[in-house]
Amino acid sequence: MSQTIAIKSYEDLLNVKERYINRHKQYEYTILVCSGASCISSNCLNVKNALEAELEKAGMRDKVLLKQTGCVGFCDVGPIVIVEPDGVFYCKLKPEDMEMLVQRHLVGKEIVEELCFLDNKSGERVPYVRDIDFFKEQLKIVFAKCGVIDYSDIDEYIATDGYKAIYKALTEMTPDEVIEEVGKAGLRGRGGGGFPTAFKWRAARQAQGDQKYVICNADEGDPGAFMDRSLLEGDPHAVIEGIMIAGYAVGADKCIVYVRAEYPLAVERLTAAIEKAREYGLLGENIFNTAFNYDIEIRIGAGAFVCGEETALINSVEGKRGEPRQKPPYPAEAGLFGKPTVINNVETFGNIAPIILKGSEWFAKVGTEKSNGTKVFALAGDISNTGIVEVPIGTPLRKVVENIGGGVPNKKAFKAAQIGGPSGGCIPSELFEIPLDYNNLTEIGAMMGSGGLIVLDENTCMVDIAKFFLEFTVDESCGKCTPCRVGTRRLYELLEKITEGKGTMEDIDKLEELCYHIKENSLCGLGQSAPNPVLSTLKFFRDEYVAHVDKKQCPAGICKSLLSYVILEDKCTGCTLCSRVCPVGCISGSVKQPHKINQDVCIKCGACFERCKFSAIVRK
Amino acid sequence: MKEVRECCCHHPETKEELYEALNQVLDKYERKESNLIQILHMTQAIFGYLPEDVLKYIAEEMDLPLSKIFGVVTFYSLFSTQPKGRHTIQVCMGTACYVKGADKVLNEILDKLGIKLGETTKDGRFSVQVMRCIGACGLAPAISIDGDILKHVTVNMVDDILKRYE
Repeated sequence: MSQTIAIKSYEDLLNVKERYINRHKQYEYTILVCSGASCISSNCLNVKNALEAELEKAGMRDKVLLKQTGCVGFCDVGPIVIVEPDGVFYCKLKPEDMEMLVQRHLVGKEIVEELCFLDNKSGERVPYVRDIDFFKEQLKIVFAKCGVIDYSDIDEYIATDGYKAIYKALTEMTPDEVIEEVGKAGLRGRGGGGFPTAFKWRAARQAQGDQKYVICNADEGDPGAFMDRSLLEGDPHAVIEGIMIAGYAVGADKCIVYVRAEYPLAVERLTAAIEKAREYGLLGENIFNTAFNYDIEIRIGAGAFVCGEETALINSVEGKRGEPRQKPPYPAEAGLFGKPTVINNVETFGNIAPIILKGSEWFAKVGTEKSNGTKVFALAGDISNTGIVEVPIGTPLRKVVENIGGGVPNKKAFKAAQIGGPSGGCIPSELFEIPLDYNNLTEIGAMMGSGGLIVLDENTCMVDIAKFFLEFTVDESCGKCTPCRVGTRRLYELLEKITEGKGTMEDIDKLEELCYHIKENSLCGLGQSAPNPVLSTLKFFRDEYVAHVDKKQCPAGICKSLLSYVILEDKCTGCTLCSRVCPVGCISGSVKQPHKINQDVCIKCGACFERCKFSAIVRK
Repeated sequence: MKEVRECCCHHPETKEELYEALNQVLDKYERKESNLIQILHMTQAIFGYLPEDVLKYIAEEMDLPLSKIFGVVTFYSLFSTQPKGRHTIQVCMGTACYVKGADKVLNEILDKLGIKLGETTKDGRFSVQVMRCIGACGLAPAISIDGDILKHVTVNMVDDILKRYE
């Protein structure tokens, strides 16, 4: 492996790059094995080991570089391997496929068609990365190196212009110029609020204090968002570099990265990256022979959603209960241990090095007039291609869901997209063309949030979804302020009443009124945004609420209390299958005679409905 | 650090050894209040959970009121004051998993084990918890057993999965 050197100058960076290139000259092929958390769960390491063995067998070990990369983004089809320089994408791999891949592709120089990506729309195999819709429509700034470079190899990060931005900032720019550049780029926080990053930095820079801190918020608690995790695991040095530039800009010499305990792999890889950076002298004292000293410490959370809120997070870092503080004073004035503190989210930090290196003008060209740059979305739910995607801000929702995401599977219709998690709202199909930017989303009562984008198909009950989120906030409310602690529980109870068919029209009005009270009176962002899922579904799907109350029906057939299974006499052939699978034995009837469900005993599990081969059972 | 999952009375390590390990943790984190959460994480890894006696000991060592430590322990969902089973099943109930039917998987697991959420089976084999998104949304519905993530879990798979863990 590489010998340790202390990097002190631009020359040193170039030397590392040259050394890296020389070391890799011998390789004819590079094979990238996606080792993101999702692919690891899909057993990509077994695939990698099999590949290694096959290369050995074929005597190609010194001609092929095998590289473990971070998340490629296309989590649904893992394990994934990309063969460079050909740019061929192989997916859904098994260890036993590796012999074929090595023999046919590497030895025989032909593409192994049957292991390539199968495009469900065209029914054809698409071998090249550049032709696959999922990748074609994306623009990667933050995730440019994630899934491309070896996350554990600091040399490769440096060889791809890594740590040049911090060098440039330290040697060519004053802290004020750095802040101005980030300001001109128009970078807004990617973690939720969308607050301009330069504002926070300037406030912390101007605040008086002998000690200042930078905090990297990696407490990605929004259910449905996993981009911060992917970036920390796939390109930890990019985050470290962004954090360093922030430290220089505000005058801090210490950063704390607060990571959720649920992300052990991210902690492991970030820890290793920090150690490597220290070894190279990129963290420590007199970085690049300047007066800039800096170090990074990792803190692990303990499972509290509210700790994603900045003041709650600060309390948690101080070893206390993660309850939010009254603002003002803002963290930029009095944050961690009462000192001026800048808190930004992981993805925000991922934008910093590219902005400094390529300039604000370049960055501002991407995106819309009011929101520059890209946004990373985590696609999940009822969508064909789940995974991580990065697109220019302002890309229409339809493009993200249909072109990149491959649309809703099983021939079902798109009903809505839920964005922003428990603080966000939903975008109904009428607004399918909406450009995804901060202002548009806020206007319709949703929010960008951290970028979790859950696609919901026609079989989703929107009242049930609202109830799901409220159950979450009731559970995660820290209890410090009454509007949130008691208000969210009352909201949940009202929703429960409605989904059980016991609601009245008055309850819907009460629900709405209570939402506004909670929004206006809660202490922190959690409570202020907790009613959003209810308000947003009320706004776009009020008729569904009314159907639950008025007709005692759940149009999507989800709410158990409002639904019954009925056997259609004319379609039932009397095959007896349903009565055999019924767990409570409530279906009766003789062979070849129409069967009947005893509604008093039925537990509505749906087993009969799923098994019936003659579509004779319907949900009402 | 390897997690010690059994109650200390059955465990081969003696009480003294466990406390010795705890002292090392306290030394490493300099008994500072700001390190309390990290200390509790390590303590839970040593003892398998956070027994009351141990919390009292930490309170004395760190010169903090026990009420304060108890307040922190009960605030965070990953800390447990109850012993856990040999295997911990965590069912992800994030939005993506919920939309994909995680609630059905959870009910099946609880039915099969005959326990309620948060409980441990009588034979000490399994504990079942719910997680708020483990960030494996691309693999929904996902469950985690002892930290290994199992993807696209269906009700029919539950039986086989449970059999793999003794």
